[in-house]
Amino acid sequence: MHEMSLCEGMRSVIEEQARRHDVARITRVRVEIGRFAGVETEALHFAFDVVMRGSVAEGAELVTLDLPGRALCYDCMKEVEIHARLDPCPLCGGGKLMPQGGDEMRIKDLEVA
Amino acid sequence: MCTVCGCSDGETKVHGHDHGHHHDHDHEHGHDHGHHHGHYHPHDHSHDHEHHHHYGQGPAGTEVPGMTQERLIEIETDILSKNDRYAQANRTFLAERGVLALNLVSSPGSGKTTLLCKTIEALGDQSLSVIEGDQQTQNDADRIRATGARAVQVNTGKGCHLDGHMVGHAMEHLALEAGSILFIENVGNLVCPAAFDLGEDAKIAILSVTEGEDKPLKYPDMFTAARLAILNKTDLAPHCDVDLDLYEANLRRVNPGIEILKLSARTGEGMTDWLAWLRTRLAEKSVTEAAE
Repeated sequence: MHEMSLCEGMRSVIEEQARRHDVARITRVRVEIGRFAGVETEALHFAFDVVMRGSVAEGAELVTLDLPGRALCYDCMKEVEIHARLDPCPLCGGGKLMPQGGDEMRIKDLEVA
Repeated sequence: MCTVCGCSDGETKVHGHDHGHHHDHDHEHGHDHGHHHGHYHPHDHSHDHEHHHHYGQGPAGTEVPGMTQERLIEIETDILSKNDRYAQANRTFLAERGVLALNLVSSPGSGKTTLLCKTIEALGDQSLSVIEGDQQTQNDADRIRATGARAVQVNTGKGCHLDGHMVGHAMEHLALEAGSILFIENVGNLVCPAAFDLGEDAKIAILSVTEGEDKPLKYPDMFTAARLAILNKTDLAPHCDVDLDLYEANLRRVNPGIEILKLSARTGEGMTDWLAWLRTRLAEKSVTEAAE
């Protein structure tokens, strides 16, 4: 969705961490992205390379880690794991599912040169 | 690909009320900006000097022990944590004043501004303010001001959503009274605004009946994030073969708990329920504030 502004958010977090840890160069950034976060991984990689130019993370590798999508089924009232946002409940086949997670967008860690 | 929607926050402007005064400075007292953060131009004055505000120096991030020579720095920080901090500051500010803040989200053209104008007229002497978000123009703020309500226009430039920081600054231009309502009309976009908390009490998704019954399925995030969906332009329903029940079913499929109201801002049909919904939220808010 808004991969460019997500990368700008990442840049500000990364630069702040780099200052705090007195780090001159970041070589790898690992981010956890939930299945329902609405993030297009390919677009995120593209935006990352562009946005990180001129920062401590210029040229850094971006690694995305997928987190599963979880939802509460309003028919059987169980929490289930689903792959796509509009999948039916794998237990009862119900169609009313409320996401309970899977919208994470989190920087997990930074690898330092 | 978001180079199309170009969500970079480089061109944001906040236009306050229409002040009648103009500054004619020809000197510069801007800062040195060598980076990509958004510059707000918080007054609607025509002046030559630049006094941009930088948004890169907000509150500190998460606490991580200072391990300087580690090869791996674990940070576990939400990418939108900075926005969330601004949103939380807004929420506190609004709570202190007992202001009900509603974030209106929709596609462009769903009738948000018309609904707001009619709502403002119907609410009569209820104290309220409006923050208008659009990429360009002050047209919507002008329409709101024509009703007599206070309005601030935020132009996001290339940005496709309002964020917590923009709203915080826009609020500075509004003398928000206790017990008032703040309507935030987000940029017309069913995607990005879903992820950006502004500090509001609720998101309200507006959907016009001409948009297609499957819209909630196409853009589930927004309808999942919304507390209330308003199905607008019901007066057009007989002319465009729409199935209002299917709209409701699809809304409930992506958000089983969503509240749904059907109305026509143009004819006034259904407006009573909407006004009642607003008054109930306002009453709840004042009870909550009193309890805290």
